[in-house]
Amino acid sequence: MALKKHTDRTYDAELEELRSKLLTLGGKVEAEIAQSVRALSDRDSKLAEQVVGSDREVNRLELEVDESCRRLLALRQPAASDLRFITTALKIVVDLERIGDLAVNIAERAIDLNQSPPLRPVHDLTRLAQLCQSQVRKALDSFVDADVDKAQAVIKDDDLLDALYHNLFNELLALMMEDPRNIRRANSLLFVAKHLERLGDHATNVAEMVVYMVRGTDVRHPHSRETTGQP
Amino acid sequence: MIRSAARPKVEVQDLNAWFRGVHALRGVTLTVPANTVLAIIGPSGCGKSTFVRCINRMHELVPGAHQSGHILVDGQDLHARGVDPVDLRRRVGMVFQRANPFPTMSILDNVVAGLKLNGIRGNHAEIAEKSLHQAALWDEVKDRLQTSALSLSGGQQQRLCIARALAIGPEVLLMDEPASALDPIATAKIEELIRELREQLTIVIVTHNMQQAARVSDATAFFYMGELVEHGPTEQIFTNPKESRTEDYVTGKFG
Repeated sequence: MALKKHTDRTYDAELEELRSKLLTLGGKVEAEIAQSVRALSDRDSKLAEQVVGSDREVNRLELEVDESCRRLLALRQPAASDLRFITTALKIVVDLERIGDLAVNIAERAIDLNQSPPLRPVHDLTRLAQLCQSQVRKALDSFVDADVDKAQAVIKDDDLLDALYHNLFNELLALMMEDPRNIRRANSLLFVAKHLERLGDHATNVAEMVVYMVRGTDVRHPHSRETTGQP
Repeated sequence: MIRSAARPKVEVQDLNAWFRGVHALRGVTLTVPANTVLAIIGPSGCGKSTFVRCINRMHELVPGAHQSGHILVDGQDLHARGVDPVDLRRRVGMVFQRANPFPTMSILDNVVAGLKLNGIRGNHAEIAEKSLHQAALWDEVKDRLQTSALSLSGGQQQRLCIARALAIGPEVLLMDEPASALDPIATAKIEELIRELREQLTIVIVTHNMQQAARVSDATAFFYMGELVEHGPTEQIFTNPKESRTEDYVTGKFG
């Protein structure tokens, strides 16, 4: 975050290595989302299989990030912004890995759906997918740039995403009521929508941790604060 | 957590100190509430030791040293007319970096040396036992109180010096890098001791070991080139300092 270098340059290199691993991981899950959504819209099961296969790499990177964080905590006893960066890394890596898992779930639904004739195009699903991708991208950007404004925009836009999800829910429900033969496919699409909505929540988690990393103030759970005795 | 008290135990107001032409402290103002531990951190030569030496008027013993500003203990100015520095040092004790037991004295005589020197009456054996207990040394020396203090290990010698400082019943204890020459186990014992002593006294500890400051203190003050850069709750100083110089120092980006 800060431009100033540590007196011990190897410490700088270790922190940089952690940052770059997180960014690689972020890039991978971003690609997974895009591919899983495309596998669904283009009815491309081969692409969906690729997403399922790429998850091993995401899992491997998660383990590497964890290991780097543990090593830094044990050997460097980080303080202040370094401590906030490392504890943030430990938390957002979980969200990123979960985002990857959800992309895989979407890909699996796509494989299933591609075996039946397409249901009437569901317009809001594309919009929801686009918004989710943009939320994840912005959350990662806010981390890279240590940009609180960008992070707060992500947190705010989650409401938009939730509203879209609810519209979609009603739309799919109507499809099911219209014709029972739609139920199986509409239900699968509902799962996809739910996965996308959850994915957005993980992007919000990342953004909240970025605010903490930069400012040192925790913006999560404002209403639970009195009971925990936090300032 | 900083415990609030009606009146801080120690109040330092616009303290400046010089020695051999060096302006060692520049307008330092801070307070130490009773029954809290204040850690002073900062690079070598930042004025940490000078600061604690001013609090028990040891600074003025250095040839050519002088100072301005006020230091109050329990609201009383240390340089007010009628304040006897020897009497003051009984209330404000000091433990140094290197354990400095009296080499020719036994363990017991070391502990009661201050009592004898100050002509304090009372049951010296009882006070010695209590002080050695407080310094967490009793169990290790109770069977050899008459042996030479030099027969003890470095960590034990340092705890002996703490017992000696406690014997005269100080209200404030100044510690100038009390554990820097000790191994990790002896250091842990001293740190445990600091936390226990806080119940009875107010402690100001100078340390180069930032993890130590983080572990033992309620508040931390960061000094740089004689200036008090930042003073706040220890947790804040180490997780989210306000000043960029503090940030650079605690993260290891200095120099």
